Amino acid sequence: MIARAMLWVFCAAWAGAAFAIDTTQLPDPRLQARYEALTHELRCMQCQNQSIADSPVGLAADLRREVAEQLTAGRTDQQVRDYMSARYGDFILFRPRVSGRTVWLWALPGVLLAGGAIVAWRIVRRRSALAAAEPDADSGDLDT
Amino acid sequence: MNRFLLPLAGFALLAIVLGVGIRHSKTKGVVVSPLIGRPAPDYVLPNLIEPAEKFDSRSMKGRWYVLNVWGTWCVECRAEHPVLVEAQRSGSLPIVGLNWKDSDEEARSWLAALGNPYVAVPVDAEGRIAIDYGVYGAPETFLVDPQGVIVHKHIGPLSAEIWQRDFVNRTTGAARTGS
Repeated sequence: MIARAMLWVFCAAWAGAAFAIDTTQLPDPRLQARYEALTHELRCMQCQNQSIADSPVGLAADLRREVAEQLTAGRTDQQVRDYMSARYGDFILFRPRVSGRTVWLWALPGVLLAGGAIVAWRIVRRRSALAAAEPDADSGDLDT
Repeated sequence: MNRFLLPLAGFALLAIVLGVGIRHSKTKGVVVSPLIGRPAPDYVLPNLIEPAEKFDSRSMKGRWYVLNVWGTWCVECRAEHPVLVEAQRSGSLPIVGLNWKDSDEEARSWLAALGNPYVAVPVDAEGRIAIDYGVYGAPETFLVDPQGVIVHKHIGPLSAEIWQRDFVNRTTGAARTGS
């Protein structure tokens, strides 16, 4: 029983250690919050599908150090993002910027939503017209 | 029937367009550097092969040169090394070897054992200059023109062919019409 409990404690401690990739602690809690947000939205270029906050590779650690130093030096979030994308391209930003090339990426969901709304509105109108024409047919065949 | 066929056809068309696009994309898996066409970042770093003096990147201004990013921990760099040694022997282009996040000792014994193709080996122990160059994996190789502008970047190991086509030919103007 005790052995089992100890095993659990060990496993929990080990898992905790395994997930704590980034242990950076900035003196100011507001800076720390900005630091954590920024490192989560910058891509680790070596692993490509992880953020630099989640990646154990050396380059990610170097980039985290860069973010921490720049925030401590008083740079804005946008200045840090610009610094990164000037060197690694927009690919490093998990949240793509709105530009001529990416505008469709931002506009498309809206366009699709509007398209869906129009289709839904037309179906509802057709059904209500049918229902008005045949008051008895509550579950009529509308597939035609 | 029709109402299912139309969306299905649309989906199939989209899948084919995207599939062909991905399959035939020339830059698949390669992140194009935003630094091409821009001035190569300047730096002053300790020089592994001339410990007495620092290496200043500005000393390379006025001639074509190649910046090769390498480390002894990098497996592909070992595969590429004979190509660099051969390129240096042919004397076509000076090669600066940025030693990225490495141990000086191991780097020295690597060059002693495999040959030194570099005119200088700036030591970027903290990886700061590599960040300025947007390096994300070794080996990476840059071609810098006499004005100090980055003309080309190659990611991954070089071959004799790539060296000739993408580096030497660009400096002689042979590829000017091609690219």
